[in-house]
Amino acid sequence: MTLSVDLQHRLGEFALDVAFEAPPGLTVLFGRSGAGKSSVVQAVAGLLRPEAGRIALGERVLFDSAAGVFLPPHRRRLGYVFQDARLFPHMSVRRNLLYGQRLAPREAAGPGLDEVAELLGIEALLERRPGGLSGGERQRVAIGRALLARPQLILADEPLAALDEARKSEILPYFERLRDEIGLPILYVSHATAEVARLATHVVVLEQGRVARQGSAAEVLSDPQVTPLGARAAGAVLEARVVTQHPDGITELAVGALPLLLPRVARAPGAVVRVHVEAQDVMLATTRPEGISALNVLPVTVRSLRLGEGPGALVQLAAGDSLLLSRITRRSAEALKIAPGQRLYAVLKAVSVAPDSVAEGS
Amino acid sequence: MSLLGPEAWQAVLLSLKVAFWATLWALPPGIAVAHALARGTFPGRHLLNGAVHLPLILPPVVTGYLLLLTLNTNAPLGAALEQLGIVFAFRWTGAALAAGIMGFPLMVRAIRLSIEAVDPGLEEAAATLGASRLRVFATVTLPLILPGILAGAILAFAKAMGEFGATITFVSNIPGQTQTLPSAIYAFLQVPGGEGAALGLVAVSVVIAMTALLLSEAISRRIARRVAGR
Repeated sequence: MTLSVDLQHRLGEFALDVAFEAPPGLTVLFGRSGAGKSSVVQAVAGLLRPEAGRIALGERVLFDSAAGVFLPPHRRRLGYVFQDARLFPHMSVRRNLLYGQRLAPREAAGPGLDEVAELLGIEALLERRPGGLSGGERQRVAIGRALLARPQLILADEPLAALDEARKSEILPYFERLRDEIGLPILYVSHATAEVARLATHVVVLEQGRVARQGSAAEVLSDPQVTPLGARAAGAVLEARVVTQHPDGITELAVGALPLLLPRVARAPGAVVRVHVEAQDVMLATTRPEGISALNVLPVTVRSLRLGEGPGALVQLAAGDSLLLSRITRRSAEALKIAPGQRLYAVLKAVSVAPDSVAEGS
Repeated sequence: MSLLGPEAWQAVLLSLKVAFWATLWALPPGIAVAHALARGTFPGRHLLNGAVHLPLILPPVVTGYLLLLTLNTNAPLGAALEQLGIVFAFRWTGAALAAGIMGFPLMVRAIRLSIEAVDPGLEEAAATLGASRLRVFATVTLPLILPGILAGAILAFAKAMGEFGATITFVSNIPGQTQTLPSAIYAFLQVPGGEGAALGLVAVSVVIAMTALLLSEAISRRIARRVAGR
């Protein structure tokens, strides 16, 4: 089932005009705050009625201004995970979880309470009240509550934004499992590149109420023209296969035919992972450097170059079939005479890839 | 009890009955109006707000007289209701009606404040989980505003116990039928040597008021703990 969205709406001075499709898998609505991401999700949920447009989930029309269709939120069959959890304070965790399940149509199939509680690791919390839970626990219960409503679509509006780094890495794996195991379209709002790199199968970049770019995560994130958060936060996603674990704690991976050495990645050989490589960690050289501490020197071809307005430049590189981004200064770009088609060597320190930047592949 | 004569006791019991029914009938419309004022975005919202507060500002005698004008058995509305077997004027039911109307603004204020304190995000969350508006209200809003409803009900009950002006104008001061506690105190004070009986009634009203207040405090503390989710 695919979610198709096409809507126009005016909020004061701000004009929202977006059209995109979210196929099964996890689609990230990506952009800086104020780009209109949350308004889009609210419109999909029916909490905001757009002035014009059409929103459909497979064959089911949720909103169609031309036909005068507007399904109220409670008839849209969705699971909405809010940034602030929004658990019902007067109910136990168990009653929170079961709230939507009781209202789902009888024929709707889906996981049961025990299964969901196990998936999210909240079995021990069932009789507790939301007031006594930690932020991460609360967010896990909120995810479970949304799942148990037997939704046909999951909406998540910056579900990690209110959590600290430790709690974030506690929740992220659950979204990976949802993406890989539930088989529903997930529309996920984020303004964090790391989250996008880890979770997204599909990315829709919003800029000032418009879709600036959409496509697969690897395509969009390696596009030097699309940097919704600025060039500083740019970075590509590589799909890599674990080849072998070296005894000195280094893991050898393969990106296509190219070897990639990283600090220990705790996966068995053969496992597919996605690696987030930040553009500022990739160095460029015209000849293969010798006597250098960096473990990874990859032969690459320049695909495109984007000179920034300031002193910076972004270079898109093809490493075999994969795409990388490198952020350098304009001065270096001119000194190396970088131009599309040029052959270069990309240098990547193994330790610059944090363990958090390596995630389950999909 | 030797403190009160039979006539005084009658007034106390009648007042309790009147205040109980006044609070009971005012609660459903009170919750509905408070919800409309807190969450509604309809034209005439300010007008409704003004109309609700009118009994608080008008002299009670005026409210009583307006009730008498519209609901006496010769007036069109009063006559129509009489056909249905409902008579208010000069009956205890009229006292309950008048007392309820006088307490209505206090009740609405308390409930409205508690509805405004409920995070609309919780109601949105319930809606996305499949709850219709009515179910959202019954399962999320209502449990969360119980302390406010209780506070509003106690206020209205206390107001109904003490209501005098509108009651005496609308239903008069007939011992055993419409003579409530305040009317009885007033009546005792009109006759020589009635001060003793009046003082007894004053003591009773103080006891009733204090009991109601302490009871509501205790209940609302319990509800607040439950609602806070700990």
